[in-house]
Amino acid sequence: MVTELVKSENSYQSAFREVRELSPAAPWLELVRNSAMDRFEQLGFPSVREEEWKYTNLATLAKQSFEPVTSAELLDVGDSSRFVYPESAGAHLVVVDGFLREDLSETSALGDVVATDLFGAVADARYNKLIRKYLARNAGYHNNGLTALNTAFLQSGVFVCIPKNVKLEAPLQITFIGGTANSATFPRVLLVAEENSSATLIENFVSSDEKRYFANAISEIVLKDGAHLEHYRLQRDSKKAFHVSTTSAELGRASRYETTSINLGAQLSRHDVSVVMDHEGAETSVDGLYMVDSDQHTDTHSVIDHKQPHCTSHQLYKGILDGNARAVFNGKIFVREGAQKTDAMQTNKNLLLSEKARVDTKPQLEIYADDVKCAHGAAVGQIEPEELFYLETRGIGPELGRSLLTYGFAEEVIAKIKLESIRTELDQIVLKQLHTSLET
Amino acid sequence: MLEIRNLHAGIDGKEILKGINLTVNKGEIHAIMGPNGSGKSTLAKVLAGHPQYEVTAGEILYEGRNLLEMSPDERARAGVFMAFQYPIEVPGVSNAQFLRLAYNEKRKHLGEEELDPLEFKDLLKERAKVVEMDASFMTRSVNEGFSGGEKKRNEILQMAVLEPKLAVLDETDSGLDIDALRVVAKGVNQLLTPNNAIIVVTHYQRLLNYIVPDFVHVLANGRIAREGGKELALELESKGYDWIKTADNGKGAVAPAQ
Repeated sequence: MVTELVKSENSYQSAFREVRELSPAAPWLELVRNSAMDRFEQLGFPSVREEEWKYTNLATLAKQSFEPVTSAELLDVGDSSRFVYPESAGAHLVVVDGFLREDLSETSALGDVVATDLFGAVADARYNKLIRKYLARNAGYHNNGLTALNTAFLQSGVFVCIPKNVKLEAPLQITFIGGTANSATFPRVLLVAEENSSATLIENFVSSDEKRYFANAISEIVLKDGAHLEHYRLQRDSKKAFHVSTTSAELGRASRYETTSINLGAQLSRHDVSVVMDHEGAETSVDGLYMVDSDQHTDTHSVIDHKQPHCTSHQLYKGILDGNARAVFNGKIFVREGAQKTDAMQTNKNLLLSEKARVDTKPQLEIYADDVKCAHGAAVGQIEPEELFYLETRGIGPELGRSLLTYGFAEEVIAKIKLESIRTELDQIVLKQLHTSLET
Repeated sequence: MLEIRNLHAGIDGKEILKGINLTVNKGEIHAIMGPNGSGKSTLAKVLAGHPQYEVTAGEILYEGRNLLEMSPDERARAGVFMAFQYPIEVPGVSNAQFLRLAYNEKRKHLGEEELDPLEFKDLLKERAKVVEMDASFMTRSVNEGFSGGEKKRNEILQMAVLEPKLAVLDETDSGLDIDALRVVAKGVNQLLTPNNAIIVVTHYQRLLNYIVPDFVHVLANGRIAREGGKELALELESKGYDWIKTADNGKGAVAPAQ
């Protein structure tokens, strides 16, 4: 076991040398990548001995040798437009194996919004300072082997800047296509929304076919004062894939960040989402839906940090599990000293469709202020026989009834999504997974 | 249409119905009355096929078929409907989706063509008038956030859409104010035809002022203790149930059917 671990780290080491040769960076970034690689070598992959990884075992991931993709090979992913939502027709970027593919992207509807290769933008005097200030600031790599590994392999990625007062009408979609078998890829996004700007971001993780690969993604989101971002994150990676990812947001004064994460794919997925509210009057909603079956494992760890007064956070995560699937939800809310008038609410509800499915849920609230409104709760349940009977008395048989109730359970999250095409698609995905059709 | 013979049923091993005999013909309205715990709701639930209730003896024939061998959804598609005393909330599923699904399931089993959402919308709009329900209720989740009265109206809307042959209204009047009661009763009356029948299960006579029964059956201690016409309900209203219980205890027998 130990030797295998070392061997797999060595394969990352040799790939890291390639990265440095192929993509020489500005001295400060070189320093960041080097120290990130050092940290990864020290930390390795997280182990179940760590509290935050108690229920998610990455030993298989650590053991298997995935080949880091170190150059933008022109891999044929077919017609990538099939992944693009119609609302984003003129505002989408395609990232294949972690590398931005401008040839597949379309940015005509972006106007003054910058959406470009992150690594390339470091060399651009207009963006250099901004990137240097915010890169790896919220998704730090000093205590986390996975973010360290992603940071070490920074060669491409996406940089988005929404200038001051700009309201981007078209939702900006970034599609991450995992294409290469046995690859390790490191998608990375840095989005900065300047003062009073507003935009919608869709991150869509898909695979061109059902291959086995390792995607290690990071998205860092910075909202300046008064900015507003709606953020949809859809993870539909191959059911043989490993998907680990971090979404970190910091919110400016009176900014608003609404995010919904949908986790459907991957053999094993882990999403760490954090929102830091270090300025007054910020608002966030952090919602999610995971729907897994057979031997899938999905894990969401969220941290919502109220550091200043008058901030609001509402969180609703729902899970649907079938087969032998397993889910983990761990949600921490911190209300720091002095963060008065905090309004924090967190709910995690799970629906088990089989006897063998299992959920470990742990909502946690740590409050160090006295004038706050906070509530949290978690539930794990099954289809209620009384609900099913009600449907049966209306002529809806038990099988269809179960599907209908499950669909209804998911709808609480899906219905809040403001983009119709995403909503419709998710409805279809949910119903397809339930082997039923129900036109709306 | 419905024939209940010597029905014994209960829950968790406790017998609640102790020999019910009841015949319901097309075009008739029957009221089942009785004090709390007399078995009224149990009878309604047994008719609908609630899985927790166990029939220990007797039989129920519905249009000549053995009702007890049919699953709840089969019964529903064959035209049996129960309006719940406490309608269930179905979050995330709109009233329109739910009703169309139920409606089409029935049509599918009858070998009829299903209605698409647009066709169904027209039908629903028409039927909603029966219970004076606003279009906004159709896009809301089934019963979620509905007031007590709205839930009961929604039950009758379902009845209007599904057009049952035999409708069992379980305490539909409970929790209704007088205006809502009128709307619900008016809706039910509109739905009665010479080809269907209604069983009204109720504690109070009040509803029967609006839905006038042809027959009143009074349950006490799991048996039918009195039977009569609509005047029996009025008698109960003035005298209460105690004299029935006393009379039943005294005679220990069932009053003859008229």
